[in-house]
Amino acid sequence: MKAKHQRMMLVIIALVAIVAAGLIAAWALRSQANYFYLPEQMSAEPPAVGQAVRLGGMVQVGSIETQADGVSVKFIVTGNEQSTIPVRYSGILPDLFVEGSGVVAEGSLGSDGVFEATNLLAKHDENYVPRELEGLEGHKGSDGYSETVAGLK
Amino acid sequence: MIAELGLAALWLSTALAALQMISGAMGIRDGAASPFAIYARPAAVVQAFLAVLSFFLLLYAFAVTDLSIKLVATNSHSAKPLIYKLTGTWGNHEGSMLLWVAVLALSGGLLAGLEHRLKEKTMSATLAVQGFVAIGFYSFLLLSSNPFERLPVPAIEGGGLNPLLQDIGLAIHPPTLYIGYVGLSVAFSLAMGALITRQVTPDFAKVLRPWVLGAWVFLTFGITAGSYWAYYELGWGGWWFWDPVENASLMPWLAATALLHSVSVLAARDALRTWTIMLGVLAFSMSMLGTFLVRSGVLTSVHSFAVDPERGSFILALLGLYIGGALVIFALRAGSISEGKRFSMTSREGALVFNNVMLSAILAIVLLGTLYPLLTEAFDVRVSVGPPYFNPAGAIFAIPMFVVMAIGPLLRWKDDKPARIQFELALVASIVIAIIALVAIFGDYNVLPVLGLALAVGLGVAALLPLRGRSLRRVPVATWGMVCAHFGIAVALFGMASESAFTTERLAAVAPGDAEEVGGWTVQLESIAPVAGPNWTAIEARVLASRGGGEPTILAPQSRNFWSPPQPTSESALITRWDGQLYVVIGDQAGTDESGNPRWQLRVWWKPFVTFIWYGGLLVAFGGILSIFGRVRVDLKRRNAAARGDVRREELDALNDSGPLPEPAE
Repeated sequence: MKAKHQRMMLVIIALVAIVAAGLIAAWALRSQANYFYLPEQMSAEPPAVGQAVRLGGMVQVGSIETQADGVSVKFIVTGNEQSTIPVRYSGILPDLFVEGSGVVAEGSLGSDGVFEATNLLAKHDENYVPRELEGLEGHKGSDGYSETVAGLK
Repeated sequence: MIAELGLAALWLSTALAALQMISGAMGIRDGAASPFAIYARPAAVVQAFLAVLSFFLLLYAFAVTDLSIKLVATNSHSAKPLIYKLTGTWGNHEGSMLLWVAVLALSGGLLAGLEHRLKEKTMSATLAVQGFVAIGFYSFLLLSSNPFERLPVPAIEGGGLNPLLQDIGLAIHPPTLYIGYVGLSVAFSLAMGALITRQVTPDFAKVLRPWVLGAWVFLTFGITAGSYWAYYELGWGGWWFWDPVENASLMPWLAATALLHSVSVLAARDALRTWTIMLGVLAFSMSMLGTFLVRSGVLTSVHSFAVDPERGSFILALLGLYIGGALVIFALRAGSISEGKRFSMTSREGALVFNNVMLSAILAIVLLGTLYPLLTEAFDVRVSVGPPYFNPAGAIFAIPMFVVMAIGPLLRWKDDKPARIQFELALVASIVIAIIALVAIFGDYNVLPVLGLALAVGLGVAALLPLRGRSLRRVPVATWGMVCAHFGIAVALFGMASESAFTTERLAAVAPGDAEEVGGWTVQLESIAPVAGPNWTAIEARVLASRGGGEPTILAPQSRNFWSPPQPTSESALITRWDGQLYVVIGDQAGTDESGNPRWQLRVWWKPFVTFIWYGGLLVAFGGILSIFGRVRVDLKRRNAAARGDVRREELDALNDSGPLPEPAE
C-alpha cells in the first residue's frame, strides 16, 4: 500500500467511525431522551403509559400524604394553570422537598393516571434550581439567599 | 491591602503574558537571534510566581474571613471549620477561575523553566501560544469575575458555603481536576508550537509525552475522587450520573487518553503526526468546553455557582477564538507535515489507531448527549438525556475498544501476524466466553453488566500477558506503568459491572429495635438521637450491621441541618469490606408502628465490589505516574550519556589537534 493510500484509509476509517457515532447518537437521542412535561401539558397530551418522561411543577400545599408503609408518598404537582397531576413515589425524599416548592419527578405515567416517580429532583441548594423549574410562577428559589447578602451590593 | 496586592499581581501577570506572547512571536521568526526572544522564558516563570501568589492571597483572605471582600462575604462564614474556609476559596465562580488561571500560569512557568530539549524556535512558538491563551483567561477573570472586589462597607457576617461542598472532597476534587484540565493547555501550546515551526517529530513527541501523561494522571485522579465524593455525599448510592458537568470532565479525559497513546506511537515509530496534533487541539478544546459548560451557567447544577450570561458569552468567545485559531493554523500547516512511517493494520500501531478512533467515537457520543438538551432548548423543547442513552450508545464503541485493548499490547510494532499470539488470543477469548456462560446460567442479568464482567476479567488477564516470558526485573518502568494502567481499567470495569448487576437494596420504615435483611447483612436500627456540629445540627441514627451473624458494626448515618446557609443534607454511613460496601442512609420520620413507636425511613444498599471502581481509577493514575517516571529517567540517562559522549569527543578532538594519538595502554 502506498503512503498516500494508507493515510487516506486512516482518514476514511476515522470518518466512518465518527459519523457512525453521530448517527447512533442522533437515533438514540430521539428514542431515549426524557421529555419534560408541565402538568398542563401532561393533562392535555398525556405521554404513552410507561414512557420515561419528566414532570415538573410545584408541590401543592397540603397534598403530601405518607402511605402506611412509611416509605411511599403521594402528592400533587401543579403548574401555572389549574391542571394537577397526582404523583406516587417510594423512597427517601430529597432534602429540599417541601410543600409549595418546585420539584422535577422522573418516571412514567401509570394506567390509572397517577405518575409513578422513580426519582425526585428538588433544589440542590438555595441558589440552585433545576433548569426546568426556572420561570415557574411561585418559585422563589433564592429569597433566603438574597436576604443574607442584602446590603452587600 | 491583601486584596489590592492580589489584584495588582494579576494585572502584572497579564502584562507578563502579553510580553511572553510578543517575545515568543519574535522568536518564531528570527530564533534566538532576535533580541526580544530572550524575554519569553523569564516572563513565563515570573508570571507563574505572580499568579500563584495572587491565588495564595485570596486563600489567605478566606482563611482570616476578610468580610470586606465581596467574594468572601458572599461565600464564607466565620464559624466554618478552617479547612472548609480554605477549600471554600475555590467553591465559587471567581475563586475557582483564579485557581484555573493560577494553574495555567504555573504549568506555563514549569514548561518555560524546565524544558530545554526543544529547538529554540519551537519553544518560542509554544510560549507565544501559551501566553496568548493566558491573556484570554486573565482578561476573563479581571473584566468579568474579579475575585478581589471590595465591598463599600464590610459585611457583618458571610453568606456561608453550600453544605454539600463542606467536605474534604472539595479539597481534592477541584484542584486535581483543574491541574488536569489546564495541564492540557501545555499539550495544546506544544502541539501548536510544533505545528507552526514544522517540528512534528519523535523528539517533539518525547517532550510532549510527560506533559500529556501528567495532565492525564491528574484528570484520572480528579474524576475518580469526584465520583467517590458524589457517591457518599449525595446519598443516592450512585457513582456516576451522566450529569453534564461530569461529562465535561470525562470528555477531556477521553481526548487525553487518545492523545497519550497517539503520542507514544509518534515517539516510538514516527507515525500519526497530524493525528497527534489534532488530538492535542481536541483535548484542550474539550477542557475549555468543559469550563464553558460549567462556568457559563448554561447548565445548572451544584457545580455552577452563578448564572451570568455575560460570563457565558465571554468564555464562548474565548473558546471560538482558540479552537478556531488552532484549526486555521492546522488547515494551513497540515499539508506541510510529511507522511509518517507506515504500518500494517495488524500491528501495535494499528491497534492503537483503532482504539484512538473508538475513544473519539465515545467522545462524540458523550458530547452530543451533553449538548443535545441545550440544542433542543433553543427550540423550546426541554429534554433530559440520561443513562438509557449514554450506557448503550457508549457501549457500542467501548466493547470493541476493550477487546482491542486486550490484544494490542501483545502485538509487535509495524507488522505482526495474529497467528504468533494465538495462545494468548485463545486464552482471553475462552475466559470471556466462560464467564458470560457462567453468569448467564446462574442469574438473570442485563446484557451490559454481564459483558462488562466478562470483559473485565479477560482484560485483567490480558493486561498482565505482556509480562509473560520476560524477566520481571528487566521490564522497563514505563511498561510496568502500561500494565498497571490497563489492569486498573479492568479493575474499574469489574467494579462498575458488578455494582450494576449485583446491588441489592432495601427501603423501609423501621422503629428502633427493628431489623432488616439485605444482601446477607442484618441491619438493625438501635436508636435515634440529636447531635450538633460546629455549623449544623443533626438527627443521628445508631445502626448495627452484622454479616451472617457475625460481630455487629456500629454505623451512624445522619440527617443534617446546616444553619448558614440553611440547608439539610444527608450524611451516609458506609462499611467497607474487601468484596463490597454497605451503604446506609437515614430519612425522615415516618409515622408510628402498631405499638406507637416512631418509625424512621432507612435505606440500605449492599454493593458488591463497588470499591473496585475507585481502586481501578487509582491504579490507572498510578500507572501513569510510573510511566512518567520511567520515561523521564530513561531520557535523562540518555541525555547524560550523550553529553558525556560529547565531552569525550571534544577531548579526543583536542588531543588530535595537539599531535598524534598515543596508543591506549592495554
